[in-house]
Amino acid sequence: MKSESGHIAVLTPDDLETPPISLRELAWRRFQRHKLALFGAVVLIMLFFYSFGGAFFVSEDYANFNDTTISLNSPSQQHPFGTDAIGRDILARTIYGGQISLLIGMTAVIVETILGILVGAAAGYYGGVVDNILMRITEAMLNIPEIFLLIVMAKFFGGKIPDISFFGRILSGSVVLIVLIIGGTAWMYLARIVRAEFLSLKERDFVLAARATGTRNSEIIFMHILPNCLAPIIVTATLGVANAILTEAYISFLGLGVQPPTATWGNMLDSANNYLESAPWLWIFPALLILLTVLSINFLGDGLRDALDPRSRAV
Amino acid sequence: MTALLDVKNLKTRFHTPEGTVYAVNGISFHVDEGETLAVVGESGCGKSVSMLSVLQLILVPPGEIAGGAALYRDKDLLKKSESEMEAIRGQEIAMIFQDPMTSLNPVLTIGRQISESLHFHMGMNQKAANARTVELLDMVGIPDPSHRLGDYPHQFSGGMRQRVMIAMALSCNPSLLIADEPTTALDVTIQAQIVELVTRIRQQVGMAVIWITHDLGVVAGIADRVIVMYAGFIVEEASVNSLYENPRHPYTSALLGALPRVDRRRDRRLKSIPGAPPSLLAEPHGCPFTTRCEFAIERCKTENPPLTSVEQNNHNIACWVDIKSGAPR
Repeated sequence: MKSESGHIAVLTPDDLETPPISLRELAWRRFQRHKLALFGAVVLIMLFFYSFGGAFFVSEDYANFNDTTISLNSPSQQHPFGTDAIGRDILARTIYGGQISLLIGMTAVIVETILGILVGAAAGYYGGVVDNILMRITEAMLNIPEIFLLIVMAKFFGGKIPDISFFGRILSGSVVLIVLIIGGTAWMYLARIVRAEFLSLKERDFVLAARATGTRNSEIIFMHILPNCLAPIIVTATLGVANAILTEAYISFLGLGVQPPTATWGNMLDSANNYLESAPWLWIFPALLILLTVLSINFLGDGLRDALDPRSRAV
Repeated sequence: MTALLDVKNLKTRFHTPEGTVYAVNGISFHVDEGETLAVVGESGCGKSVSMLSVLQLILVPPGEIAGGAALYRDKDLLKKSESEMEAIRGQEIAMIFQDPMTSLNPVLTIGRQISESLHFHMGMNQKAANARTVELLDMVGIPDPSHRLGDYPHQFSGGMRQRVMIAMALSCNPSLLIADEPTTALDVTIQAQIVELVTRIRQQVGMAVIWITHDLGVVAGIADRVIVMYAGFIVEEASVNSLYENPRHPYTSALLGALPRVDRRRDRRLKSIPGAPPSLLAEPHGCPFTTRCEFAIERCKTENPPLTSVEQNNHNIACWVDIKSGAPR
């Protein structure tokens, strides 16, 4: 067809083809439409800036510096969030406590996810005896109330792990311990989800096709089947971060968590125990931060679930 | 000359809660280098299972290869370990499947899926594998292949996906391609293209093809020899011309009679075979086709006829009756 100006439009295949929408783009588009999830993501990023960026303005020594003459001061110009029972600045402590809490949340989830994927994938893919043994262990773990496991493990292993240094910060061994304990007691749900996905996915034709081209079992598990169940894993992991932060808060509240003077949002709540009414600023700020974190992570997880659900046809 | 693949007395069973399914009951066949062998038969007669057994791709349990041998270049595939089989699958014997919609992994790019076996079998690096992948996609007729490496299966049509599957199967230059009803899920024009494609590539690279199908029209177009299977047995084996001109087994004869033909009168009813194939849950005794056979005699009920030669050019049938005269042989 000739255009009015007299020359023919020449289109190369590249022009004709609408650029393909990758799965990632598709998921991003769906995620963007989930306003609460976007809000959650933004708040979460801000919280990270607060805890990790705040460290450039106040030092850890300042956060742990006690001056009993200013104990239990209410919020003021000098101490915007007030001071605690031994005169430490709450603002500084929420900054450093946030680092630990967020770190625990994420690393515990990494531990949880690795364990859950390994157990679930092996059980689902190999089936039979392997499946039976692994699932019975999983059920046994689920049957013991988590809080018991936490307390017993925290008591049993407490003080046996040396301190480690992390990005120039000395973390007490109790942080590592808490991460391992939380990860080690939370993987069961993920294992079950992964197993269920594997059970159905391993029957699919593409697995047979992969086997027919001589693909190894390990490669089929990790390269072919696992990417197909990433969506539920990512969602479970996101929600797991919130859970881990809460778990850390309540074992710290019981006094078995991260040991002072290292601050976490959880053990700050614990030390506020005796001043619930007399000095509410002791618990309001860390509690608010925990609330914000958990809430925004949950929104984020919700949005990710919708965005990553392959059955959703919405573009 | 020894055959490329020589299957002897292969028996496959599945132990299910309902009982043992006798899926393949002692079949023997062979494929020569560069030859196209068609395997025909109705659904559930053991076509796919026998090929999957040869490659040890059936799930054990519930499956069990109860006996037999599958000599590939004189080595028994059924005795090989899983890791030895991994080296053979894809590299020596490749397989393509019925439904291209589900045989490709939805979350991996086409390029990755094809180049995977190139990495594994041929030890190619990323660059070489990509170049070979483009070459393969071009060979199977995907336009503009270099731009499509990063595409996902959902961006391809059914026929295109089957082409991709074929490219995957061909990636390591196998000596034998097992095509398990590769055109069943496709519409007729695409079918013709795929058939033409496989025939052309077979001539180009000189591999042997086992083509599983229940489309007798396709068979006539591509095969050198044909095996007709029924209820886990081979009932007739012949060269393609001999089979179509002169079917000697009552089942083959009935099957060909049930084909619609353009050169026949249209007002005539299509013939069908009465009854249904036997349940595979019982251990077979006697000829499996007895109950539906118009030539059946007393002997058919008790004794299963062995595959025997009836004509000079390797035309074998498993039947007690000569259907031309109706007399027992």
